[in-house]
Amino acid sequence: MKRVWKEKLIEWLFRWTASLSILIVICIFVFILKEAAPFAKHPGLSQLFGSRWVPVSAQKESFGIIPLVTGSVLVTVLAMLLTIPFGVGSAVYISELSNPLEREILKPFIELLAGIPSVVIGFFGLVVLVPLVKSCFGLATGLTAFSGAILLALMAIPTVTSISEDALRSVPRSYKEASLALGASRMRTIWRVTVPAALPGIMAAVMLGTGRVIGETMAVMMVTGNAAIITFWPFDSVRTMTATIAAEMGEVAFGSDHYRALFCIGIILLLATFGLNIAAQKVLRKYRMS
Amino acid sequence: MEISERTKRRDFVFITTVCVFIVLLATSVRAAENKMITIKGSDTMVHLVTNWAEAFMKQKPDVEVAVTGGGSGTGIAALINGTTEICASSRDMKDKEKQQAREKGVEVKEVVVARDGIAVVVNPKNPIKEIDMQQLAQIFTGATTRWNQLNGGDEEILVFSRESSSGTYVFFQEHVLKNKDYTPKAKLMPATSAIIEAVSADKGAIGYVGLGYALAAGNKVKILAVKADANSPAIIPSDQTVIDGSYPVARPLYLYVSNKASQNAAAFVDFCLSDAGQTIVRESGYVSVKK
Repeated sequence: MKRVWKEKLIEWLFRWTASLSILIVICIFVFILKEAAPFAKHPGLSQLFGSRWVPVSAQKESFGIIPLVTGSVLVTVLAMLLTIPFGVGSAVYISELSNPLEREILKPFIELLAGIPSVVIGFFGLVVLVPLVKSCFGLATGLTAFSGAILLALMAIPTVTSISEDALRSVPRSYKEASLALGASRMRTIWRVTVPAALPGIMAAVMLGTGRVIGETMAVMMVTGNAAIITFWPFDSVRTMTATIAAEMGEVAFGSDHYRALFCIGIILLLATFGLNIAAQKVLRKYRMS
Repeated sequence: MEISERTKRRDFVFITTVCVFIVLLATSVRAAENKMITIKGSDTMVHLVTNWAEAFMKQKPDVEVAVTGGGSGTGIAALINGTTEICASSRDMKDKEKQQAREKGVEVKEVVVARDGIAVVVNPKNPIKEIDMQQLAQIFTGATTRWNQLNGGDEEILVFSRESSSGTYVFFQEHVLKNKDYTPKAKLMPATSAIIEAVSADKGAIGYVGLGYALAAGNKVKILAVKADANSPAIIPSDQTVIDGSYPVARPLYLYVSNKASQNAAAFVDFCLSDAGQTIVRESGYVSVKK
């Protein structure tokens, strides 16, 4: 009798700890919405669509987030252009081509890369990568969107690699055997059979990687120069949404327009990562990969 | 029966002990809180305030002083929100901020504790040696974009500034840019050291940092002499030129004290203004407010 009661209690406890994360997500959403909402009333939401981000000004404060959005988009797209070939390529090698010994060495190292704190990667970027980018491309300064993208790619590659590798491994053996039996070479089998069969999983991996890249802050803040200009040229400085929040949140007086504007940026970021995660989950579920 | 009686008694003893312990802990935490001074604010002043704090804690070993940076704006926001007792600031509090503080029931006392010059720094390879205030304003607002417009080299001018949470950012905007906005192309760096690094790496770079930092950076950057206007003499920033007021980009450094601050906080401010405190100002690379 007593034992049953104990087990019930433990089950109940675990159910609550599991549900807690849902509660926290809801709380975060509500809190951010609550803090951002008054912005719609006072300066007006149309303010957000301006092309200048000048939150501290003696003339006129402007809260146009377009330069910040384009900054984030530019860095993210560049980072994914670097991540996809490297991430998927290494996943293909690890799951299809490597011998067991190589796999034993490669996998933990790639996972180790995922565990490096982003501020450490940012510091490495500032000291090593920025001067390198500057001299390689003959630029006036290495503090560019491109430098940020390289660092972000370093952080996204482990995510993309390990999820893609799982997807590639879960392709049924019979597919490959059938292809090989029909006389296709090993490479042909990989590119025409295995990778297409694992494509939904790889797509989900790329989406999750993108989510990580958009949300990354510290490393980007240290190497992109943080100039709020609208540009799509990789060797310009950009200011991302995350860096803006991190750099300015400490300074704002609670309840000011600037404070509200930062929460508006927060909502956009949250929606972007939320959308990407849901899309990735959908893709995975549809093809029963997760 | 007997066993359960004993268990009960043991439980009672245990719970009582825990309760007493918690109460003791709570009171000791409270006691510690009273002897703890928190100071938050200007990154420019962190070094100075830390030196003060160390000397002060040597005098009064039972008091603890916690110093954090984050920028003057951060410190002022913390003072308004009541999360710090003393705010170190490299700019004066705006009327809007004083108003906000009043609304929250916080009255602040302003104390000028030191003076600082802001050095304009360029890359050592840059041939330019002096600059006037108007040229500076044009560079930082984006009107001048190439060094050859100032008889310098052929490079594009790379403007480096602090983040908008920095007191130096606001001071420079008010006194040099005459309240105009910085060029959107200005690269906003999260720390003074990052500006020094960037300026020492890029030939076309220009930036501004507190004089103490510029002098400490040695040969990594070149400090420009500044003219108040095109016809005035060019003045190199130094203790002397900051005290006599001939160097045009100089400012007072403040401590703001909340009316809710403890006795110890008031004692700390007095210590900063004492002879010992002002000696520390000089040793930390700033200029004393006392002659």
